[in-house]
Amino acid sequence: MSALGVFSQVLALVAALLLAPLLTGWINQWRHWLQNKSAPSLLQPYMNLHKLFNKESLMAEHASPLYRFAPYVVFGCMLLASAIVPTLSTDLPLSPAADAIALVGLFALARVFISLAAMDVGTAFGTLGARREMLVGFLAEPALLMVLFCASMITGSTSLTTMVETLAHRDLAIYPSLLLAGVAFTMVSLAENARVPVDNPDTHLELTMIHEAMILEYSARHLALLEWAASLKLFAYSCIGLALFFPWGVAEANAPLALLLALPVLVFKLALGGMLMAMIETASAKMRIFRVPEFLGTAFLMAVIGLLVNVLLGGK
Amino acid sequence: MSSFLEAINWSHLDGVLLVVLAWLLIGLAGIAALRRFRVVSVLLFPLGALASVGLMAVALSAAFASPEVAVLPLGLPQLPFHLRLDSLSAFFLLLIGGVSAGVSTFAAGYFRQEEGTPPGLLCLEYHVFLASMVMVVLADDAYVFMVMWETMAFSSFFLVLANHRLPEIRSAGYLYMLVAHVGALGILLCFGVLQANTGDYTFANMRAQHLNPLWGSVAFCLAVFGFGAKAGLLPLHVWLPEAHPAAPSPVSALMSGVMLKIALYGILRVSFDLLPTRLWWWGVLLMGLGLASALFGVVFSTVQVEMKRLLAYSSIENIGLMCAGIGLALLFSSYRMQTLSALALTAALYHMLSHAFFKGLLFCSTGAVLHATGERSLDKLGGLMRFMPWVAWPTLVGVLACAGLPPFGGFVAEWLLLQSFLFTTGLPGSFLDMLVPVMAALIALIAALSGYTMVKYFGVVFLGQPRLAKLTQAHDAGRLERLGMLWLVAGCGVLGLFPNQVIALMDPVTRSLVGAGLAQMVDNSSWLLVPVNVDRASYAPVIFMLGVVLSFGIAFVLVRRLYHGRLRRVPPWDCGHPWQTARMQDSAEGFGQPIRQIFDPFFRITKHLPSALDTQPSYQVTVEDPLWHALYLPLARLVAWLSKLVGVLQQGRIAVYLMYSFVTLIVVLLVVKR
Repeated sequence: MSALGVFSQVLALVAALLLAPLLTGWINQWRHWLQNKSAPSLLQPYMNLHKLFNKESLMAEHASPLYRFAPYVVFGCMLLASAIVPTLSTDLPLSPAADAIALVGLFALARVFISLAAMDVGTAFGTLGARREMLVGFLAEPALLMVLFCASMITGSTSLTTMVETLAHRDLAIYPSLLLAGVAFTMVSLAENARVPVDNPDTHLELTMIHEAMILEYSARHLALLEWAASLKLFAYSCIGLALFFPWGVAEANAPLALLLALPVLVFKLALGGMLMAMIETASAKMRIFRVPEFLGTAFLMAVIGLLVNVLLGGK
Repeated sequence: MSSFLEAINWSHLDGVLLVVLAWLLIGLAGIAALRRFRVVSVLLFPLGALASVGLMAVALSAAFASPEVAVLPLGLPQLPFHLRLDSLSAFFLLLIGGVSAGVSTFAAGYFRQEEGTPPGLLCLEYHVFLASMVMVVLADDAYVFMVMWETMAFSSFFLVLANHRLPEIRSAGYLYMLVAHVGALGILLCFGVLQANTGDYTFANMRAQHLNPLWGSVAFCLAVFGFGAKAGLLPLHVWLPEAHPAAPSPVSALMSGVMLKIALYGILRVSFDLLPTRLWWWGVLLMGLGLASALFGVVFSTVQVEMKRLLAYSSIENIGLMCAGIGLALLFSSYRMQTLSALALTAALYHMLSHAFFKGLLFCSTGAVLHATGERSLDKLGGLMRFMPWVAWPTLVGVLACAGLPPFGGFVAEWLLLQSFLFTTGLPGSFLDMLVPVMAALIALIAALSGYTMVKYFGVVFLGQPRLAKLTQAHDAGRLERLGMLWLVAGCGVLGLFPNQVIALMDPVTRSLVGAGLAQMVDNSSWLLVPVNVDRASYAPVIFMLGVVLSFGIAFVLVRRLYHGRLRRVPPWDCGHPWQTARMQDSAEGFGQPIRQIFDPFFRITKHLPSALDTQPSYQVTVEDPLWHALYLPLARLVAWLSKLVGVLQQGRIAVYLMYSFVTLIVVLLVVKR
């Protein structure tokens, strides 16, 4: 564990915490521009967070302690997730603690806690949201795992840092398996981050909402933590995508200069990725909830086919 | 422990037999105190739990010792009891001891009112059940094995029938007994094949026989059939969702947590120890059966509306995953890929241990809920977290472990299983190479679905608003019940946080079964779990846990310091709907509805929908097992028809029977004459 490693770990954490709301704001801006609306400020998510933290928290009378601490658990999970995804450097001391499977486990843990919290107050919308979230989750989670497995089959490792290092050093060629995995990953990240074809982050439209239905009863600091956790999740997902499919520019061990360069590269990649996501969202229509399993099932099957293609073509 | 045993000049086997003896004495004492609740619950069950702790200690030290054998002068004159304690038996003894210590403590608090069977008798049956499981694991010849196997089946049968006044419990017990006996026939035949016409039924003799592949396969298939019936593998799973809900909760905890694993012990013993060689397709068969059971079990458990049924189907799922691990180990072992085989086997063993703890815990929690509320249907529960926190919080741990979430034992097992499925390149034949990743995908799907089930279980029972008014009067678990559940929680925690230390226990097992172990790879660092090498995969549960806890704590403190902690309790908002009744929450059936719709072909569904003209509209959906109608009922009809044919012989007149005897005599004489 080198001093530089610790530094890059701390830098990665701080970057995640600060960049995550910015990314959400950026995507929001682009969505508004693409839809011919006047966009809110780029810093709007920070202002929202500040406002929410300052408010007095209102909590349902019969909410249990689980309801109170669930936002902290979800936030903690997402923070740890963004700490172990190699965003800026592959020299991360925390990285051996959790590999790709543990990362998926971390997302699942957060999902279970937020669903349980949604069921805790016992309102109609809360349980509805929890059920739908678990419905999305039970297909999205294995699909994400399969996408990660595609990459680990190619690199012979489930450790995220090894995966990124190996992928960054291969010849520039298109892998059919990675191509399939990439499409699957895009679909999964749309679903997991409550984006348009599956869920709409903007509305409280009663019949279609998923994520918003779950956090309906939360207010003030708890809501702020959940919002922040949601943007951290989006950030972590974007970073996984960049790490697997565009791993260039991530600093490796003992390269302080590369670390300096990695931050602007990351911001550039995220900006492009966010724009792309806004375009997908604008171009597609929200689908019925019972089309979601088909959508995610397709993603899952594509990732599995990617895995099989990889085995057929001999991987390397 | 071993130094203590050495000091008094005893072997580990003696220690184990002492525990068995103690259990039998406790059982007999129960008969003496037949109807005295206090004696049974305050004295006898806790004593049994102490004996379990002793068993655990002996097993821990025996795990690293060399095998010990003994011949007991019991049984028939020419057939003494051959016993053997090796590392595989020691591992299962550890499992029995560890789980039963918690469950017995829980049972001490649980059996406090009349269950139908007098408490003293229950105490006898319970301890005989425990003792017979230990003896099955120790058995070193087919005779002891079968005797103890049947003792186990009978004692658990009587335990299932504790509430024998209810007709549905009697029919559940009957079904259990039936499947148990069909399975026992398979095991008996399997031993018959294994002894290869030598007439010597000791396991030592079976190991020495070199069966040809055909007979070896016959023995393996019989073992899978016989032990699979007990473990609840498809299609012999039907007894499980009937018997588990029928039994008192501590008994369900033991049956699901321990007895199912004893069946897997049988599969392991026959396929890795008694059979000299292994064929590749055995592994594929077991993996296929295992994954089919797992998928079937998890899909069915999501749509259940009864607590214990839901958990019973979840047990089918978990047993399926373990069988998939054992199957993969068989596959690797048949190609002499020892390290990978050891990895897969370790995953299966780890899952057995962690499933034993968390499923024991979950069944105990259903027992506590059942006692406090008198309701077993999910649709009549809800909001219990506020009234029964001592049950709810341990259950949350069990639920997270069962859903395979970090940082608990279930996740470690799943992680190891996925690792072993993922790195399979190098299997001969592209068919197998293709098959294994597909199976990994299935495992991921099954794991995610079990998360769905567990959220449903915990959310509907413990969260939300109480669905019945009387639930607000629910009392929390008693002191002994709490202690028992906390013991099982501790087990889940240790399994989740210290995988290296636990894997070190399994190392002698895999070393003796497949010739390789994970200990030296795992030993390099005590906090980082590295099955192959660091570049390939690693997982550090303690750091992981610390990471979550630290970010939790820092976020909490920072929010409080930088801002404030003001909080006001108000009625729930729910988008401004004016009244919120408990009926507006999802029912258990509603929560499972999306899965029912997606996996429609799995089920046999009968719907009763209200028409527009109904004055008293009702809605009812029943979900049934299609195998019951497609396989079991036709089979039952066939048996009934055959017995009717035999019935033609039964005239009921003595002259006819005499004639049968006469004809038989003539035929026999003719045969003997030649």
